[in-house]
Amino acid sequence: MRLTRMHLSLFLREPEAMFWTFGFPIIISAVMGFAFRRGELPESRIAVLPGPGQAELIERLEDIPHVVIAEALDETEARRSLLSGKLDALLIGTDADGKPVLLLDPDRVEAETARLRIELALRGPGDDFASIEHPQGNGSRYIDFLYPGLLGLNLMSTGMWSVGFAIARMRQQKVLRRLLVTPMRKSSFLASLFFARLVFLILELSILIAFGVFVLEIPFRANWFSFVAVCVGGAAAFSGLGLLACGRSQTIEGASGMLNFVMMPMWLLSGVFFSYERFPDVMQPIIKLLPLTALNDSLRQMMLEGQSVVDILPELGVLGICGVGSFLIALKIFRWQ
Amino acid sequence: MSAIENLKTSGCAVRVSGLTKSYGDLVAVNSIDFEVREGTCMGILGPNGAGKTTTIEILEGLKQADSGSVEVLGRTWNKDADAIRERIGVQLQETVLTEKLTVLETVRLFRSFYSSGDDYREVIELVGLTEKESSRVGDLSGGQKQRLALGCALVNKPELLFLDEPTTGLDPQARRRVWEIVGELKRQGGTVILTTHYMDEAEQLADDLIIVDHGSVVTRGTPQEIIAGLEAESVVSFVPAERAKFEDDELRALVGVQEVRREADSIVLAVTDTQRAIGALYQFLNERGLELLDLNTHRPTLEDVFVSLTGHHLRDE
Repeated sequence: MRLTRMHLSLFLREPEAMFWTFGFPIIISAVMGFAFRRGELPESRIAVLPGPGQAELIERLEDIPHVVIAEALDETEARRSLLSGKLDALLIGTDADGKPVLLLDPDRVEAETARLRIELALRGPGDDFASIEHPQGNGSRYIDFLYPGLLGLNLMSTGMWSVGFAIARMRQQKVLRRLLVTPMRKSSFLASLFFARLVFLILELSILIAFGVFVLEIPFRANWFSFVAVCVGGAAAFSGLGLLACGRSQTIEGASGMLNFVMMPMWLLSGVFFSYERFPDVMQPIIKLLPLTALNDSLRQMMLEGQSVVDILPELGVLGICGVGSFLIALKIFRWQ
Repeated sequence: MSAIENLKTSGCAVRVSGLTKSYGDLVAVNSIDFEVREGTCMGILGPNGAGKTTTIEILEGLKQADSGSVEVLGRTWNKDADAIRERIGVQLQETVLTEKLTVLETVRLFRSFYSSGDDYREVIELVGLTEKESSRVGDLSGGQKQRLALGCALVNKPELLFLDEPTTGLDPQARRRVWEIVGELKRQGGTVILTTHYMDEAEQLADDLIIVDHGSVVTRGTPQEIIAGLEAESVVSFVPAERAKFEDDELRALVGVQEVRREADSIVLAVTDTQRAIGALYQFLNERGLELLDLNTHRPTLEDVFVSLTGHHLRDE
């Protein structure tokens, strides 16, 4: 009995353990509830390519409730949007019989809902109202959405933990102190952590992408430039953040606490498991500035949509600024002993 | 450094004046002054908590003094920190080196920080770790780790070497090896500043010595000068069957007895004439019918000087 009581009091005396056991699940549930609140039925996003009969088609579709007509000026872009799940259905002209051709992705539930609504708009009695086409290639399954998110999450975790933990341990063991009496440049030390992280990040990312592409058939439409750019950006942002978070931690426990504190919002908000667009509009600008959001977005855009470096420049910018900024501040506030 | 600057500072590797540092209410270092001549070894001897480590860490640039001036190799930390760091070697009191690196990797890492110095293999040989070159730091014994730390302090062929309690916790053989390495360094003309609470280490290695207690210097000089300051030929300690039966003054009145001190387990006399004093002591005890249980004499040591000046011992307060 006394032993049991001892365990109970020891647990109660660890504030961190208390938080993770009681506080964290409540926070997660609250955030999830908030993100997944439903007011209405989900809408179908449908686009109609320019061409004869476009105006009439759009008019009929607009009559149907829960249909949103998306702009589609360029066929290639429109097809890309369908592939990545931004569009639920695309009307791409007419076939030999004069029926509209409907581009739908059979992997997605939303495609069927869109098809039904289109059918509602176009069908006359006994009407074979359209011919249906399926696109080539994939990229719109949930796993295609999820995988890059998991990659980003992994890069953030390994990046921040490896850097932060290493320096907290070195500081606690007074290894850093010994280095202080040498002419070693402090900036060199911090930069060396970034370079080491970059090497591992490239390895990690390559292995995980290879697995995703060959085993899970995740599309990889990127070119080398964007791949390298994302690697460097990710390594910079998260090694910098790790350094900054643990720049003054005296113990390993303190460092863990800081790292968890910094990573937790991004776990929840950055669109790892579900799209962050579910959160209210007012939060969107803040979410977009989080480094994990930037990394996930650039990974998705790079892998699923084949976007080039120029397209993902805003996200790379966020990663770069986060990285450089963290380094500069860490250099100033770093506690060496 | 220009030739003129060289002339100005030649002779004096370190100059410390009015050095003071407190931690809150505790005054760790209380206005300490000393000078260290080039090519000599200065020992700072004192018990734990005397302020030795704080002092040496201020000299190494790790801590800031509250007041006083410090000049190392003719430069100050405020202005020429990098220049000083290139030319000094430091062994901290607790050096913890990364456990998973090998001896070789550790030495090479430290060597990489300096623009000039020894070949890393030579350093490893100097500290006698060539056989253990590829062993991980975590697998070394305490003595070997200490020698590795010493090696890391020597990679850049330092003009000035700081050693903070270099043999604490080592067995006698390991201690002797460290002393040999320091001796070799002195032969090569380097300057050494070392702190210790072992009097034999101070006597063995130090050319000049300051003895500190509670942050202040209690005496200074060469070890021989300091011992001579006791003005005693030898120290006699004895254990009588009963201690309460006589006063210290009665003992002081005996021939040749300089000083009397009661320790926990014995009575200690500083004497100027050993033979006559011991004779007088025997007679004294016989007259009172007291049996002599134990008698010991030795040449005066630094420990004896310390106790006579401060009333407590160097070790294990």
